[in-house]
Amino acid sequence: MTHSVPESVPRPAAAPRRKPGYRFNLVGIIGLSVLLFWAVIAVIAPWVIPYPVGEIVDYDALGPMTAKFWLGTDYLGRDILSRVLMGARYTVGISLASVTLACSLGVTLGMIAAVSGGWLDTLLSRFLDAMNSIPSKLFGLVVVAAVGSSLPVLVLTMAVIYVPGSFRFARALAVNINTMDFVTAARIRGERTPYLILSEILPNILGPVLADLGLRFVFTVLLLSGLSFLGLGVQPPYADWGAMVRENIGGLAFGAPAVIFPCVAIATLTISVNLLIDNLPQKIRDRSDA
Amino acid sequence: MKKQVLSLIGGRLAIALITLLIVSSAVFFATALLPGDTAAILLGQAATPEAVAGLRKAMHLDDPALLRYGRWLIGLFTGDFGASYANGRPILDLIGGRFINTLKLAGVTTLFAVPLALFLGITSAMLRGTLYDRVVTLCTIGLISIPEFMVATTAVLVFSVTLGWLPALAYANDVKSFGELLRVFAMPVITLTFVVSAQMIRMTRAAVVETLNTPYAEMALLKGASRPRIVLRHALPNALGPIANAMALSLSYLLGGVIIVETIFNYPGVAKLMVDAVATRDLPLIQTCAMIFCLGFLILTTLADIVAILANPRLR
Repeated sequence: MTHSVPESVPRPAAAPRRKPGYRFNLVGIIGLSVLLFWAVIAVIAPWVIPYPVGEIVDYDALGPMTAKFWLGTDYLGRDILSRVLMGARYTVGISLASVTLACSLGVTLGMIAAVSGGWLDTLLSRFLDAMNSIPSKLFGLVVVAAVGSSLPVLVLTMAVIYVPGSFRFARALAVNINTMDFVTAARIRGERTPYLILSEILPNILGPVLADLGLRFVFTVLLLSGLSFLGLGVQPPYADWGAMVRENIGGLAFGAPAVIFPCVAIATLTISVNLLIDNLPQKIRDRSDA
Repeated sequence: MKKQVLSLIGGRLAIALITLLIVSSAVFFATALLPGDTAAILLGQAATPEAVAGLRKAMHLDDPALLRYGRWLIGLFTGDFGASYANGRPILDLIGGRFINTLKLAGVTTLFAVPLALFLGITSAMLRGTLYDRVVTLCTIGLISIPEFMVATTAVLVFSVTLGWLPALAYANDVKSFGELLRVFAMPVITLTFVVSAQMIRMTRAAVVETLNTPYAEMALLKGASRPRIVLRHALPNALGPIANAMALSLSYLLGGVIIVETIFNYPGVAKLMVDAVATRDLPLIQTCAMIFCLGFLILTTLADIVAILANPRLR
């Protein structure tokens, strides 16, 4: 999912421009608060879960929602609420780590390619475009098949998968900045590539790059969940949300909450990030559209 | 002018070939150079040092990696995919029927998804800003943001648990009548249609909206043409290229969806074969399946580019 869909919902032309500022609108605030909620949960999960994650607390497997077990129990009779809360650590943590890695690498390479130009630019662009034409889930499957699944492998694999997209995005932005007078001026006064990248280019593409990081975070969450669902992601006894769906898929035929709530958790996370990005404050969005 | 189009398409095909080469090397070296002695894994309990050495020799595992890659590549081109590690059967036999199955699934999905996406995409662009448009946009954003397996589980919850219309899990092995065939195909196709058409609707809508913003569309509005006439007569013909491009591009999302859908519904296709092969670490089988998928992906994206070139009237 590396081809970005052009965001072409033009705001109604008559809409008055908001006062210049960094204020969020309502939908943006909702997105932001759901995102913050999961971020906080990911940090404090071990202290708020009602039951230990691995402990079988109820002999009624795939049980319904009760006052004792708010979200029911899973296929072994473990508390779903505790597992969903702890699952946030894996889903959010792994995705965030790998997307940060992918974007820092992709953006750095993209800026270097844009600033240096020439054969380095061509080589990087061609190679990464080719990498881009391996479907993401497929690449994950192949690597996991070869090396086995562990947390570092997952983080690195997903980072590798999303470097090309990030590279392409950052390069396109940086090429535009690169032709501006202040960059030319800096170059003429003899600044080297590292300075140009960090002090001239980066500050001017930071807004869009962060928005892009958010989108790529969604892709990463989806990929991680997909891999875990196939049994290739986070391995038992640990479980992210995708792995929880896999574990309890047997309860699907009678609509057990154990299948539904991990799904709901994923959806709230990804949709809230999308909403947040679509409703970024004017100041940041103006830059994103550039 | 014709020559220019041909050379553009030729260039695109050449890039596709080079890409395929790079992809094949990525697939090969990602699996072949990683730790774990294949011979020792294959022999399992019987792995005496002599036996391992013998098998390594027989499988040419001691040859330089580049040589093995070359041999593998030539095998791919001549249709000799090698034999499965797990059961020794030729990979061609293992894949054959399943490939047809996956094609069937993808074909039927395309048949449903394309008209649906065209209709929803164009109408929501026509009725831009209305409640209808907002609902469609919200639904597509929602569908794009959730994983494929969630679409599948939701479809099962709605169509088989709540409504009771369809069986929850389908097996395509013992299909006897046309009715049964429909029932087997229904859930996977519904799921894949949702996954693929969300992308298509967004891109179609974007393409039509973009042409609606052009001066000639505004001109048509000013001379008093009705809304449907502006869209169907003025905007749509010019949006056809981008739309066809969007269709081909969205269909490449089928590949990601098909892996999940075949697994969840136990559908005997190539993707299921590949996921099973991962469990047994059957590398030749995984490599071949991966190449099939990459090839499909590449054909679709190349097709999308070629359509975009052909649809550009300035090049005709």
